[in-house]
Amino acid sequence: MIPDIGHYALMLALVVALLQGVLPLAGLSKNNEKLFAFATPMARIQSLLVIFSFLILDYAFYANDFSVYYVATTSNSNLPLIYRLAAIWGGHEGSMLFWVSILAVWTLAVTFFAKKLPLRFRSSLLAVMGLISVGFILFILFTSNPFERIFPAPFDGRDLNPLLQDPGMVFHPPLLYMGYVGFSVAFAFAIAALLDGRLDVTWARWTRPWTTAAWVFLTLGIALGSRWAYYELGWGGWWFWDAVENASFMPWLIGTALIHSLAVTEKRNAFKAWTVLLSICAFSLSLLGTFLVRSGVLTSVHAFATDPSRGLFILLFLVIVIGGALALFAIRAPTVGLGEKFDLVSRESLLLSNNVVLFTATASVLLGTLYPLLIDAMNMGKISVGPPYFDTVFVAIMVPGIFLMGVGPIANWQKASIPDLASKLKWAFAISVVSALLVPSVMGRLSPMIFVGLLMAFWVISSVFVSIKTRLHAIPTGSLTQKLKTFGPAFNGMLLAHFGLAIFIIGVTMVKGYEREHDITMQSGETKVINGYDFRFEGIKPIRGPNYVAKQGQFYVSKEGSHVALLTPEKRLYLVQNAVMTEASIAINPVRDIYISLGEELEEGGWSIRVYFKPFVQWIWLGCVLMGIGGILTMTDKRYRLKQ
Amino acid sequence: MKSRHKRIAIIVAGIALLAIAATLLLQSFQSNLVFFFSPTEVSEGKAPTQGNFRIGGMVEVGSVKRQGTQVAFNITDTAKTMSVVYTGILPDLFKEGKGVVAQGKQGQNGVFIADQVLAKHDENYMPPEAADALEKGKRYNQSFENKSANNQSAQGEMQ
Repeated sequence: MIPDIGHYALMLALVVALLQGVLPLAGLSKNNEKLFAFATPMARIQSLLVIFSFLILDYAFYANDFSVYYVATTSNSNLPLIYRLAAIWGGHEGSMLFWVSILAVWTLAVTFFAKKLPLRFRSSLLAVMGLISVGFILFILFTSNPFERIFPAPFDGRDLNPLLQDPGMVFHPPLLYMGYVGFSVAFAFAIAALLDGRLDVTWARWTRPWTTAAWVFLTLGIALGSRWAYYELGWGGWWFWDAVENASFMPWLIGTALIHSLAVTEKRNAFKAWTVLLSICAFSLSLLGTFLVRSGVLTSVHAFATDPSRGLFILLFLVIVIGGALALFAIRAPTVGLGEKFDLVSRESLLLSNNVVLFTATASVLLGTLYPLLIDAMNMGKISVGPPYFDTVFVAIMVPGIFLMGVGPIANWQKASIPDLASKLKWAFAISVVSALLVPSVMGRLSPMIFVGLLMAFWVISSVFVSIKTRLHAIPTGSLTQKLKTFGPAFNGMLLAHFGLAIFIIGVTMVKGYEREHDITMQSGETKVINGYDFRFEGIKPIRGPNYVAKQGQFYVSKEGSHVALLTPEKRLYLVQNAVMTEASIAINPVRDIYISLGEELEEGGWSIRVYFKPFVQWIWLGCVLMGIGGILTMTDKRYRLKQ
Repeated sequence: MKSRHKRIAIIVAGIALLAIAATLLLQSFQSNLVFFFSPTEVSEGKAPTQGNFRIGGMVEVGSVKRQGTQVAFNITDTAKTMSVVYTGILPDLFKEGKGVVAQGKQGQNGVFIADQVLAKHDENYMPPEAADALEKGKRYNQSFENKSANNQSAQGEMQ
């Protein structure tokens, strides 16, 4: 009975979402102010209904109600409670409901935090979000209903994919979806601006914190997913250029371009049409990601659906949203105007090159992701694009971008001079070159890629310090602390995010340049020396988990007689799905990870074992977290607080 | 006039840069495309003799032999079979009788030297390439049976 209530709530939400979408737009076209008043209440009712139906479904997971088909396929009564609750986004139907629920959360946030926007604008904003919600609820009700029942109910469920039974499952999807779906707010702002004909500095100021919020969620969500893959998949990779990873990375790249272009729109009233176009692109790529992941055209850890009608529906929805938005853009963009002029050498033009770089990078990732699908769809055979393509092309495109990133924050708006920039940055450059040569000499190996990677990282870091110095010099009087206090959170956040990217680059460069991989076999009781560390294999201990049994290896790692770590990698057998899982064991430290995972038990006795040494690998995620904190910091800037 | 010349020069330089970038991009793209072949197609000589490609099908039952971290096994599409050698640790879901995709190159005497073995994360899931190869193998077998059936009937008529 209870699950049906959730189903009805969702149907009701569809009706309300339709009203939320149509009434304010009717008001806009008829110039009837009264209709605007419907937007906020309808949006709130719709959001609460959607969230309510989500909670009802999660209750079915909590209560082990296996009469709900979706629960029966993705959960099991032996599954720990926290994973049962998270299993709701462990399959296709539930994650679509989760998608609209997150949209509902954003909608609610808009109704509460954007109260002070002009009524007309806020109503069109909510109308656009309502229409997006209509599309997704229709999709759920007609092609992927999570409330569907089976009779008779099975005795127990088929369990969650063992790979997903991990704390990462609790946090990675919500963060990622908050990011993905968050771009719908930026999209709605852009569409509302086009409808309203209002696109100015104020508009940019309204939009910026919302876009940054979505970007922060996406950054953290991707980083968390990457870290999860690192320890869970058992093979120590942190990014595979898997089509689904790319699907989340493309909106991130465009989102990054968007927050930079919004900065120009806000500060200089320029790049207006471009900013709107980027908002449309960011959300379109989010939708494309949803399509790729959920339609069954891709098969990976993340993909569930194989029903072609679903793919067709999403594709149609994609065409309507993107096509409609671009058509509106084409009609209205000329009225937006180009904005203020700027010189060839100026912060504007540097930010423009940043945008061009990020856009090109996105295009190259898109090419590598979609081309194999296209070839397959045209029956021209099956191909795959190797990670080396992405590695080479992406690095080649990003290097000039990151070089300019060091210059941008120091250049003046409107007009900057090259000799002045050169004199400000010459020491930063010299220090970067020396450091990029010094680190490899300590590590004992230098390659062009290592040099370029470190050079870029140190360049960004030293440029952050030059920015601070330049800013301090611009203030004529006061002590250092007084001067530092005048820095706004927006400036500090930007510097922190840039610094975070440098930390990320150091992590990537060091791992790519100096990681070591050893596939070995070991007998119980044996000691082997690997990379200067002594590994003693004490043997295998049987372990029993809530829904699995495991063989746990005991490895004592020591260096020159002193204890480093006890590593306990596992080979788990999940009983319901009869699936084997490798659980790696990692000794983490700021400058290196020692990573060990069990291979197979060998016929002649002993085990095959894989050992990795990953220098500075944690810096990859640390850098992402710093970028995220930087983003949060910029959002707290006073100028984004709306006044009536 | 002078600033206009400067602007034109910069635009030309920009376009040239973009053209070079596009060429490099496409070149890298081209050289990193990995094509997929079924064991039957490999036996027909369709696969490259140099360079990487992927093969897929089913791990033949009883063919897996391990020696330390060295593994040898056969991939079959039910029509043709190919021997594969791989050094390293196989993924959890690698099993005899299950779908598999291997990436690598052809070695001597028709042995495929894999540097990557992919088996996906779900017990019921078959890699699409592997499913495709098995489908092709089935069709190949059928056409073979049809041919021999035709031959027999033709012989029958002659008698």
